[in-house]
Amino acid sequence: MRKIILLAIFTITICTMIYSCQSESEIELASYVSNGKDIYIKYCQNCHGEKGEGLGQLAPPLTDSVFLKENKSQLACFIKNGVNKPMVINGKTYQEKMPSFPQLENIDIAQVIVYVTNSFGNKQGIYQHQLVESDLRNCK
Amino acid sequence: MIKFKNTISFAVLLALTIGFAACNNNKKLPIYGQREAVITKDKDGNQVVDTVYQTIPNFSFLNQDSTIITQDVFKGKVYVADFFFTSCTTICPTMHRNLKTVYEDFKSNPDVMFLSHTIDFKYDKPAVLKKYSQKLGIDNSKWLFVYGSKEDVYRLAEKNYLVAVEEDSTARDGYIHQGWLVLIDKDKKMRGAYDGTKTEQVEQLKKDISTLLAEEKD
Repeated sequence: MRKIILLAIFTITICTMIYSCQSESEIELASYVSNGKDIYIKYCQNCHGEKGEGLGQLAPPLTDSVFLKENKSQLACFIKNGVNKPMVINGKTYQEKMPSFPQLENIDIAQVIVYVTNSFGNKQGIYQHQLVESDLRNCK
Repeated sequence: MIKFKNTISFAVLLALTIGFAACNNNKKLPIYGQREAVITKDKDGNQVVDTVYQTIPNFSFLNQDSTIITQDVFKGKVYVADFFFTSCTTICPTMHRNLKTVYEDFKSNPDVMFLSHTIDFKYDKPAVLKKYSQKLGIDNSKWLFVYGSKEDVYRLAEKNYLVAVEEDSTARDGYIHQGWLVLIDKDKKMRGAYDGTKTEQVEQLKKDISTLLAEEKD
């Protein structure tokens, strides 16, 4: 009987630990998303739209999950330095240049990337702000 | 008795609805800008006071196809005018995203047109405007993009459409301007100005265009 009680307590403790860990990472994701949304509204929304729909052939939509996934490590570069080369998104080529946002800090960039890659039908989880620094060093 | 009451309340409701609908039909948009009273003579030779409203003067610009256009293009039409430039990264994309929804709503109505003036006289030559409008995805016979000299465009913006525009080397894109969408009626009078960056004002513009069209049909 005692063994069973101990085992039960042990299991509950482990479960609680795992559960609280999970919710902590969920909280982190939620905080990235909510901060990222504010940055998105301020810097990105005028061209890319409230729902990430883009603007005609002038600004691409942010709904191409495959593109976002394949270029994940370049997203920080696109935001910080701008883009001046054609991009193929959802099978369409976009040639207008994207302005740079040098005023954004690494944490801002990470938050806005998390917002974009977890909105508009994308669901790619967290992108830690520590990654921004190394990604920016490897811009193509 | 209950039935009778119901009939009465129904009748009252109906009367109210018709009343409000009638009010709506009579609604007229205000006329903006300077006005002056002018004394003229009517056909019997009596002196009468007439109000002269500010109107948009004639203009001559190059459109996106490098064709000279004047006010004749807008003869008998209601149009929405704005000032922008193609390399603008601040308010212009939002303005044109919103204006495009208005364009979509009135696409099939030949009495409504759109006119965008560029304030970037250095870079936004007609070919650039053409490319921009194609990428925006609109029909150039309904929504015109025009290029003019700095003096002409800026004077028209500030004196006539009452939109502030300025060349400013300290601004991120080199120019600053206001995002007003200005509604002009068939008599070239200004009937409304709406902030093109605010969706609720753009919704109001859509309603006001319909009101203006109904008003001019009378």
